[in-house]
Amino acid sequence: MKRFSGFLLKEFLHIIRDTRTMLILFLIPIFQILIFGYVIKNEVKDAKIGIIDMSHDNVTEEITARLDAAVDFNVVREYRNYEEAESGFRANEIKAVVVFADNFANDLGKYRSADVQILLDASDPNLANLINSYISVILNKYSHEKIQTGTPALVSTEPRMWFNENLHSAYMFVPGTMALILMLITALMSSISIAREKENGTMEILLVSPLKPIQIILGKLTPYAVLSIVNVISILVIGNVVFGVPVNGSWVLLLLSSFLFILLALSLGLLVSTVVKTQQTAMFISILGLMLPTMLLSGFIFPIENMPVILQYLSYIVPAKYFLIIIKSIMLKGLGLDYIINEVLILISITVGLIALSVLKFKTRLE
Amino acid sequence: MYRENIIEVENLVKKFGDFTANDNLCFEVKKSEIFGFLGANGAGKTTAIKILCGLLFPTSGKVMVAGYDVYKKRHEIRKNIGYMSQGFSLYEDLTVKENIEFYAGIYGLKRSEIKTRFEDLVQKLGIDELKNKFVRDLPLGWKQKIAFSVAIFHKPQIVFLDEPTSGVDPITRRQFWDLIYEAVESGITVFVTTHYLDEAEYCDRVCIMAEGRIDAIGTPDELKARFQSKNMDEVFVKIARGK
Repeated sequence: MKRFSGFLLKEFLHIIRDTRTMLILFLIPIFQILIFGYVIKNEVKDAKIGIIDMSHDNVTEEITARLDAAVDFNVVREYRNYEEAESGFRANEIKAVVVFADNFANDLGKYRSADVQILLDASDPNLANLINSYISVILNKYSHEKIQTGTPALVSTEPRMWFNENLHSAYMFVPGTMALILMLITALMSSISIAREKENGTMEILLVSPLKPIQIILGKLTPYAVLSIVNVISILVIGNVVFGVPVNGSWVLLLLSSFLFILLALSLGLLVSTVVKTQQTAMFISILGLMLPTMLLSGFIFPIENMPVILQYLSYIVPAKYFLIIIKSIMLKGLGLDYIINEVLILISITVGLIALSVLKFKTRLE
Repeated sequence: MYRENIIEVENLVKKFGDFTANDNLCFEVKKSEIFGFLGANGAGKTTAIKILCGLLFPTSGKVMVAGYDVYKKRHEIRKNIGYMSQGFSLYEDLTVKENIEFYAGIYGLKRSEIKTRFEDLVQKLGIDELKNKFVRDLPLGWKQKIAFSVAIFHKPQIVFLDEPTSGVDPITRRQFWDLIYEAVESGITVFVTTHYLDEAEYCDRVCIMAEGRIDAIGTPDELKARFQSKNMDEVFVKIARGK
């Protein structure tokens, strides 16, 4: 045990004395979450929209006023017809047009429903989707209020956005950033740190010493596990305080499943380090083989359902995909272990498999 | 004078696929001697030293180190040996003191023991000013001496030195050999590989390797007599020509 604590001390000295490592460990997570939070906003704010109102009655005017009053929108112009609206789109004056049909208020009175059409500039499909949902939310709210006061209502077909009603992008990027940062710190940094020992020849000295291989591995990995937990907590706190992302479920379950993912990432880092000889290759493999799939194929940025089928299949072997399902379920839906047990079991089996593979690799190297 | 064998190697073979790195090696090393392994790069010296240290398994043959079988008792062997690799492997971002404390710690030395031995070492090497410097700021010669001191800090029975003097100037090499002699006097057996032939003269016995085989083995004087040469350089050339 004393041998082990000496090893840990040495590892912490390596980490503390390397400015680059310290930057990656502590500044990048904070920067990343702030950048995702403030710069890459998937939210609509003050989107310019136009109106075509063929009816001009009290109902259409009230809805228009509501759209204009919402922080999300700014009603900039009223168009007389579709041609005018189209040139408005081309001139980039507006992102969307809400069209009220003839006799809007009358229809509503007679048939209890009336037609609203939403035209969207889909050259930016994500934005178009968002605006569509936002407008629908406002229309829904209006009809809902009218139903309650007993007056006729208009019915919208758009569903409400459950669990993230306002489509806050923070709800999406905080769990995603967590997966990404855990991969970065644990897998990338630990594989580099083991590769460094190999590159400098100190690994041989360690292997010749009475330290058992398992002690060497644990000694190398423990500091990164500890730092990752610190990062998990700080990401959750920043997410909560700065961006208002809630933790609706159990904190214990959330931290335990994060720890499971940390173990998985560490065993990935270990596996990478058994096949590489230099820090550069360790970095290359970790970034290309681990970070990119975490970012692109986990459902973090791009919805898996919209991917080509082959990439959808590929996403099944990206551990971050399961981790995201788990932490979103805990944080946003407040679900318990019984709802996420499948994903948890998948992560556990991947981890066990990776550790077995690394140990096998470590052993054969001695033969 | 009879001295017991501390390393015994019989018919050692090591193959990597089709390539035979060590071809039927037989030799023994006696307690407290300096045993030199000579040969060009790729002659199989490093493979042999790695097998003796338990970093590689032999393909076949019998190998005993410090009385233990390398197949079964690697852990016992590790407690009894020290190893210094080609690159003077120290942690560049740790100080001299931290390096020594770390290595002494993984050999299970007690804190008080580490303290006294370290103070002795500082005095012996005269490194009072260097002890708190980072290894990366030291000249190569000092790195080499400290790497050696680290390798014998836990007082092993045998210390393995893999090309310990490569890249170091002749004066520093001479000083380094003084350290080796001192270690031998304290009872440590030294197993050293080198491709500097003048260093062969400093060894008690040498073994000349080429292409994975042992070509000649004996004291420097014996070899010079056998090959009618003035120095080890000539011995080496004659062995090479003889093929």
